[in-house]
Amino acid sequence: MRLAGFYLFAALVALLPVLFPDNYFVIVIGASAGLHVILAVGLNLLMGYAGQISLGHAAFFGMGAYASAILTTRFGWPSLLALAAGLVATGAIAWLLARPILRLRGHYLAMATLGFGIIVHVIMVQATRWTGGPDGLAGIPPLNLFGWSVEGDLQWYGVIVAAMLLALWLALNLVDSQVGRALRAVHGSEFAAQMMGVDTGRAKTQVFVVSALFAAFAGSLFAHQQAFVSPDSFNLTISVELVTMVVLGGMASTFGAACGAIALTLLHQGLVVFEDYEMLIHGALLMAVMIFLPQGLFVGLSQGAQRLWVTLRQES
Amino acid sequence: MTENSITVEGLEQSFGGVMALAGVSFQAPEGLIYAIIGPNGAGKTTLFNALCGFYQPSAGSIHFNGHELCGLPPHRIAALGMARTFQNLQLFFNMTVVENVMVGCHLRARTGLLAAALRLPRIRREERRLREWAHVALALCDLADRAEQPAGALPYGLMKRVEIARALAAKPRLLLLDEPAAGLNDTETLALRELIARIRASGVTVLLVEHHMPLVMGISDRLLVLDYGSVLAEGTPAEIQADPRVVAAYLGGAVQYAV
Repeated sequence: MRLAGFYLFAALVALLPVLFPDNYFVIVIGASAGLHVILAVGLNLLMGYAGQISLGHAAFFGMGAYASAILTTRFGWPSLLALAAGLVATGAIAWLLARPILRLRGHYLAMATLGFGIIVHVIMVQATRWTGGPDGLAGIPPLNLFGWSVEGDLQWYGVIVAAMLLALWLALNLVDSQVGRALRAVHGSEFAAQMMGVDTGRAKTQVFVVSALFAAFAGSLFAHQQAFVSPDSFNLTISVELVTMVVLGGMASTFGAACGAIALTLLHQGLVVFEDYEMLIHGALLMAVMIFLPQGLFVGLSQGAQRLWVTLRQES
Repeated sequence: MTENSITVEGLEQSFGGVMALAGVSFQAPEGLIYAIIGPNGAGKTTLFNALCGFYQPSAGSIHFNGHELCGLPPHRIAALGMARTFQNLQLFFNMTVVENVMVGCHLRARTGLLAAALRLPRIRREERRLREWAHVALALCDLADRAEQPAGALPYGLMKRVEIARALAAKPRLLLLDEPAAGLNDTETLALRELIARIRASGVTVLLVEHHMPLVMGISDRLLVLDYGSVLAEGTPAEIQADPRVVAAYLGGAVQYAV
């Protein structure tokens, strides 16, 4: 019963391509939304649960992507090995960064992570010899899973959805454990958490690394799916969008973050037809959500539905 | 001395030019209720914060459970068997009551990040055990029926009780209670008094900072009186109440409440 919502969601995403066969919107936008879900759920562990903001999360997304891109195109590594190497490298960098950076709080932490994101982006643009510079890296080979080469939109949908479900499952397990409670305790009162014996520095470091690993994992998949990476996919705008997904869906709720990621992905697609007005409508919608549903779309709406249900039952 | 007693010698804590603790020494014997009283600003909460590692004392030593505490971070001190509550509530308002208390069990839990993420069978067993322990602590504090409520939805008096349950869940040897009766009505204060007596009966040494004189005089075995960061007097409740310096400096008319 603990994972009832998860199984329902898994059944839904598995059924979508059956209900809407050969539907470009479902398959392509769905895959894109799936990657965003992995990113948002990972960031939510750090932001929503542990209460630490990161405005540079696109950097970890980019590290995973560039690790896969560079290792497969320039060194001819097998894609799975490159993916693993990307995870190890990103995890190591996040770990080295975590101790000094997570000593900071609030605005200072926001500025520091922002700066980190910008530095990584500059490296992607400037280290032309490795990254291809602003033009990016093309010709990334397809993902090869033990002999199965992932090609075509439908196959990619399957792989990304499976990866997304794995990320969701891991996050749900983590949150509903002593590790997750310790994280929420850090958010609730760091001093009290320490007095309960929680090594808060270690807990924050761990969640920062886990969050970075989620992003790097999504990045590797993204690089293979697109067969091309460029710095534009990992700039400050993307970092801000990831934060928006978490806040939009509802902080400290794994499904909330997933819901925010899906909603924002759909919103972008839906607003493409308005061209120049896209940013305007986008901004207005976000403001409306923050004013009327400050706990986020998912959390706010589900609480509203619960209240409605209770009221209806009392009246009947 | 024995494991559960705490010995403080020449403890100094200065903030810039202000000497919040100017050489405090005392020994709280094992299994007793040791109260620390004094006027506002005497340094009581500063003393607690220094004992539990939140402040780094400028000088002096704190000996507890065979260890020197000065210089250790709070989570290490907690691991040696010290737990505390807070004058200003430090509940985890983003969790339910039972989850708050389960965090209190943190030191008794063996968890690993990877094992938790994969939900290995031992994590499932651990979860059940933690929940049972938390319910024992909740029952001790008469909070069993509130377990699943959000911590923030409780009345103030019960929130203070949750803090005590959370501290007890760690199975401490030494419990620091920082003004547990502040904001409580008479009925709640009476219940608190019973609870503190039960905690002592279970073998836990209690350090109590409190302004409620009938409670302090009624329940404490020994008292330490602080004034301007220094020890003014130390002794049994009867001795303290008879001490003219204490009466002059602090207690005033409160002597008549003596139990």
